[in-house]
Amino acid sequence: MHSLVGIDGSDLSFKALNEVAGRARGAGDRFTIAVYSSGDRSLGDIEADVRDRIETIGVDASIERIETDPGGELIELTERDGHDRIVLPGGEKSPVGKIQLDDTVEFVVLNARTSVTLVR
Amino acid sequence: MSDRTDPLSFLSPPRTVTDAEGRDIELRELAPENKEHLVEMYLAFSPEDRAQGIPPIDEKDTRKWLELVIGEGNFNIVAWHEGRVVGHAMLVGDGDEDYELAIFVLQAYQGAGIGTEVLRTVLGLGQQANIDRVWLSVERWNSPAINLYEKTGFERTKNTNFELEMELELD
Repeated sequence: MHSLVGIDGSDLSFKALNEVAGRARGAGDRFTIAVYSSGDRSLGDIEADVRDRIETIGVDASIERIETDPGGELIELTERDGHDRIVLPGGEKSPVGKIQLDDTVEFVVLNARTSVTLVR
Repeated sequence: MSDRTDPLSFLSPPRTVTDAEGRDIELRELAPENKEHLVEMYLAFSPEDRAQGIPPIDEKDTRKWLELVIGEGNFNIVAWHEGRVVGHAMLVGDGDEDYELAIFVLQAYQGAGIGTEVLRTVLGLGQQANIDRVWLSVERWNSPAINLYEKTGFERTKNTNFELEMELELD
């Protein structure tokens, strides 16, 4: 299994990273991290946090930076590198508690040829 | 046809209305001592009537969710029939001066005009509290709800493949 995990800097995205990294370490799987910004935090900031986190967990993963159009770029990366699965944070909640799927998640769910896992 | 051009007026609680089945329904602001009645309504709620993950399914999550939506600074209207809560509408602050709306009516009470009255009443309460803007998100396939919101004056602001966002200026 070679997963591509998308990290946008949200707490949920780091939860996704923990899950993928934990499983990869146990099973000896490879995974790639795609870093993109969907909010206030800069790409550099998010990437620094990601490097810290994988060092703490003790896994090795390649990191790709996505500057624009995260949905489309995630699909491109998967096609290019042959990932089996895309893992994304997919459960942010609105003030009344409704699950909200952002544009990136929506694009990936509708366009990916691989399985997509949304972490909640 | 005048409904389409003239949005429904908003009326503040308490009110009593008679629904299409002839049931007298009381609409009141949620009182703290009635919290358990609200929990009861959601425990009786059918899973297929959930919307975008709410109400939660189990009791523990339902209680946690209710604490959030009935919390300080939010507005809640409950519809009563024969000592039970059968409908609930909420306005929850989004941290940006506006409020998100959500509304639920118990299955056996749907299709009788209660949703419309609960909605008018919670918006009446919001108007009284000088709320400027209310927004909501709704699943795109849920035409009965979308029709109700449009009838009340909500306008579409954002369309995605799954959801529709709508807003209403309360002035």
